[in-house]
Amino acid sequence: MSNTQPLLEVRNLRVEFPTRRGTLVALDDVSFEIQPGEVLGVVGESGAGKSMTGAAIIGLLEPPGRIAGGQILLNGRRIDNLPYKEMRTVRGREIGAIFQDPLTTLNPLYTVGRQLVETMTTHLPIGPGEARKKAIEWLELVGIPAAAQRIDSYPHEFSGGMRQRVVIALALCAEPKLIVADEPTTALDVSIQAQVIALLKTLAREKGTSMMLVTHDMGVIAETADRVAVMYAGRIAEIGAVRQVVKHPSHPYTIGLMGSIPPITHRLERMQQIEGSMPRLSAIPRGCAYNPRCPQVFARCREERPELTPAGETRASCWLYDAESEQQVLRAGAHA
Amino acid sequence: MLETRDLARFFDVSRPLIQRVLAGEGKRMLRAVDGVSFAIPKGKTLSLVGESGCGKSTVARLVVGLYGPTRGEVIFDGQDLAQARSNAAQRRRMQMIFQDPYASLNPRWRVREIISEPIRAFGLLSDRGQIEARVGQLLTQVGLSPLDGQKYPHEFSGGQRQRISIARALSSNPEFLVCDEPTSALDVSVQAQILNLMKDLQRELGLTYLFISHNLAVVRQVSDRVGVMYLGRLVENAPAETLFTTPRHPYTRALMEAIPDLDMTGRQRIPVGGEVPSPISPPSGCPFHPRCPLANDRCKAERPELMPARGTAETQVACHAVEEGRDGGPQLEPAAMAAG
Repeated sequence: MSNTQPLLEVRNLRVEFPTRRGTLVALDDVSFEIQPGEVLGVVGESGAGKSMTGAAIIGLLEPPGRIAGGQILLNGRRIDNLPYKEMRTVRGREIGAIFQDPLTTLNPLYTVGRQLVETMTTHLPIGPGEARKKAIEWLELVGIPAAAQRIDSYPHEFSGGMRQRVVIALALCAEPKLIVADEPTTALDVSIQAQVIALLKTLAREKGTSMMLVTHDMGVIAETADRVAVMYAGRIAEIGAVRQVVKHPSHPYTIGLMGSIPPITHRLERMQQIEGSMPRLSAIPRGCAYNPRCPQVFARCREERPELTPAGETRASCWLYDAESEQQVLRAGAHA
Repeated sequence: MLETRDLARFFDVSRPLIQRVLAGEGKRMLRAVDGVSFAIPKGKTLSLVGESGCGKSTVARLVVGLYGPTRGEVIFDGQDLAQARSNAAQRRRMQMIFQDPYASLNPRWRVREIISEPIRAFGLLSDRGQIEARVGQLLTQVGLSPLDGQKYPHEFSGGQRQRISIARALSSNPEFLVCDEPTSALDVSVQAQILNLMKDLQRELGLTYLFISHNLAVVRQVSDRVGVMYLGRLVENAPAETLFTTPRHPYTRALMEAIPDLDMTGRQRIPVGGEVPSPISPPSGCPFHPRCPLANDRCKAERPELMPARGTAETQVACHAVEEGRDGGPQLEPAAMAAG
């Protein structure tokens, strides 16, 4: 463990959605941290809660969703209970956000220059003239050709890839310490995707910005992230260095997930598949949420919920890695 | 089984006549598909890959007759498609699976009604008991329970809905299936289930697939041949293994290069510069020349035709550089070699 204070700390975060049929728990006991300059990838299938985690951090949970427990700390200061107005200055100044769809992030009625200038004058101690100069610099930095002319264009005048570059400039221009990027490349074509990932990586490194990169694409994570958290049914199943998680996963879900990614390098007669599908929030099973699909399930998994524990080179929430259940595992293994 | 000859489809995207006259501009045509020829033998899978807007979905729709071609023809089992489609017995032999299993199933119908509709529409079975038995059999075949026929689509997850779409497509006993991005809307673990199911069904029922996808890794798993499309044209058409081990067209190579590296070999990627140009005003000559590292004056002026590639004769490629040997001959793809 390093002694430096993490930039972002999420402790036992719980997000609930009250509905007429009872309360749905969308995130349950999610804890992780991001060090300064670090890129943390968050992967999982749809509904696993990865976007929800990002939304909770930037204070943009869709009502009626609410943080029902736990804390979010930025530089040691709690930001999960800030009043709306204060949170607005944190968002933008200290945390930048990039979303999947650049069209919904950008205001279609304002030129991209105006949006950049407004962001900078709101959050930085500079005037509009200087902000405009910096806006052009930012557009150049994210690779928009003829930035000085394009600054007065409207979002619809840009192509998808260019628009996402504008969004990146917008997220970075107030020089935040942390970027929450939710599926930033999913809406883009592969060739453009590669350009955008390369850009995000370079900028984050140059500016020393930390990043939480939420995506379902393991390839993007492998290329970009330092560490990765794998989420399943609102919980973290496994977290660790990206190389370890990709190459030597510990949690049976991560193993299944990695196995079901079709390889580009060769053809398989049959692909590995995980049977069944992720449970709905209203029907998360007792014990380990993965137990009905897990090939290595044993009695304890159906009763008790596992916590994150050291598992090989990573940390996994799985009873297989608990000393107490080792005996049971051996028996289960012999059974299989 | 299926052949297309110089298939093309243009869309008129002109502004209304009065505005056009006032502005003094001509008609504007979007050349979604412009001269595509390929053939799929019985029981095999041809995949079309390419980025959005390259025309691959338009080809899918042309092939099942949802669009009529502007030029060229589709030959289905020796018959012209338009002719074949006027005959219900022929129409039954081809079906389509769509990308979005949320949009392609009628939310107000029970699953058994959805699956039995083609049976009733083509009059394959008339007895209610027989239809029910057939629906149950189809549901079992795609890995669902016959009891699921009672439910509505919203009660199923995305992967299960895609299974329902497949059961519906199979209900008319087709021989040829067009699958337009069948797994793009699904999560990876579910994608693997659906791809395995499609392979099993192909083996059991001898199905022929036209598979449309933008995901090269998925395409490698299912295809016998792969066609790479760019701006409405086929730029390369090769046996799957040849395409992935020795891609020839600069665009195919660029696409492979752009795939994120899960194996973390640490290779330096060179992203393709630029973006796909508009199909309304495609570049002259080879449509890829503005982004191509090998482009010269000939590429800007003259449109290359598909022809067997030097070195890998099974590959058809439309590239002047390959034809002239300016590409340095066939080269093994580093990612493919790493496989071992």
